Amino acid sequence: MIFMIASILLIMIGLYAVLVKRNVIKIVIGLSIMNSGINLLIISMGFVKGGEAPIIYLKDFFKPGTLLVDPSKIVDPLPQALVLTAIVIGVGVTAMALSLIIRMHSKKESLEIDDFKELKW
Amino acid sequence: MRKITAIVFLMIISFYFILILGEITFGEKYEGVSEHYVEKGIQENRGANIVTSIVVNYRGFDTLGEVTVLFLTATGISFLLGSCKCKNPMKRIKGSFVLRAATETLFPVILLFGAYIFIHGHLTPGGGFQGGTVVASGFLLLLLSNRKYKVNHLPLTITESFAGISFVSIGILGLIFSKSFLANDIIPKGNWNELFSAGFIPLIYIAVGLKVGAELSGLLGDMFKTTEERK
Repeated sequence: MIFMIASILLIMIGLYAVLVKRNVIKIVIGLSIMNSGINLLIISMGFVKGGEAPIIYLKDFFKPGTLLVDPSKIVDPLPQALVLTAIVIGVGVTAMALSLIIRMHSKKESLEIDDFKELKW
Repeated sequence: MRKITAIVFLMIISFYFILILGEITFGEKYEGVSEHYVEKGIQENRGANIVTSIVVNYRGFDTLGEVTVLFLTATGISFLLGSCKCKNPMKRIKGSFVLRAATETLFPVILLFGAYIFIHGHLTPGGGFQGGTVVASGFLLLLLSNRKYKVNHLPLTITESFAGISFVSIGILGLIFSKSFLANDIIPKGNWNELFSAGFIPLIYIAVGLKVGAELSGLLGDMFKTTEERK
């Protein structure tokens, strides 16, 4: 349960940065923190008490058949596979946002969100 | 005032979050589809790393979409930054002596380590995406240390297209010679826990690793372009 509360705290820190900060780069950092919090939350849902990593390998290399990890005692591998996808998408989103910021800075030479008012009505 | 409003808003959201998550049993044994992956994954795929066999085999189509998303990101960034007529020139600084000397020795080792990670993706923690990122970090070191260094985009594009085409054609081979797209029955699966095992999983992860490495290196090269080069 402590894992879930900690990851909710991370998500809230990221959302706070998105809501309050004025600097565009700080907003992107907030999005990135939120992304990590969500990934940790999904991984912590697959936790099993006393479980090990979902890699099954031999205990003794010369004695085939002896498993180091019991297949009934490993954590849920499905959330980890989903999070692997989510991490890659997060990298893509961050890179895209940073390149947009480079264009914005070259247009107005400013990083404050208040200076970009063209889309307001 | 903004901060107080934001904090109240966040407290309401986190209250409902905790209320929902309190319903979920935590730390218990799972069942359903994950149980099938854990119990039958080794017999069906012969891959020691179950996460890899889920990502590449059971959810291989999803991974193809993920690679496509990354490709779209790289294309969008080169579209955004490729023709940027920026007003103030960005200057690249010469790296310090420690950085330059370390890069000269570390760069081949980093490339080798990245290749190790994506070749052994079905045996150890790691895989194509992680190995590709490690390869791109080697190029990042080169860009940071050497002021004159430019990423040559042509070989990167060729590598990327070749890797993408080989991923799709492995999938189509499964469609022709077996039951479905990306079916893991064409190549003999070999013995579990060896390097040449798990059917096409290492082949696909090598393709993914090369593709991710090439894409991220090209992306870094786009971001490091100075004003004169963009014109």
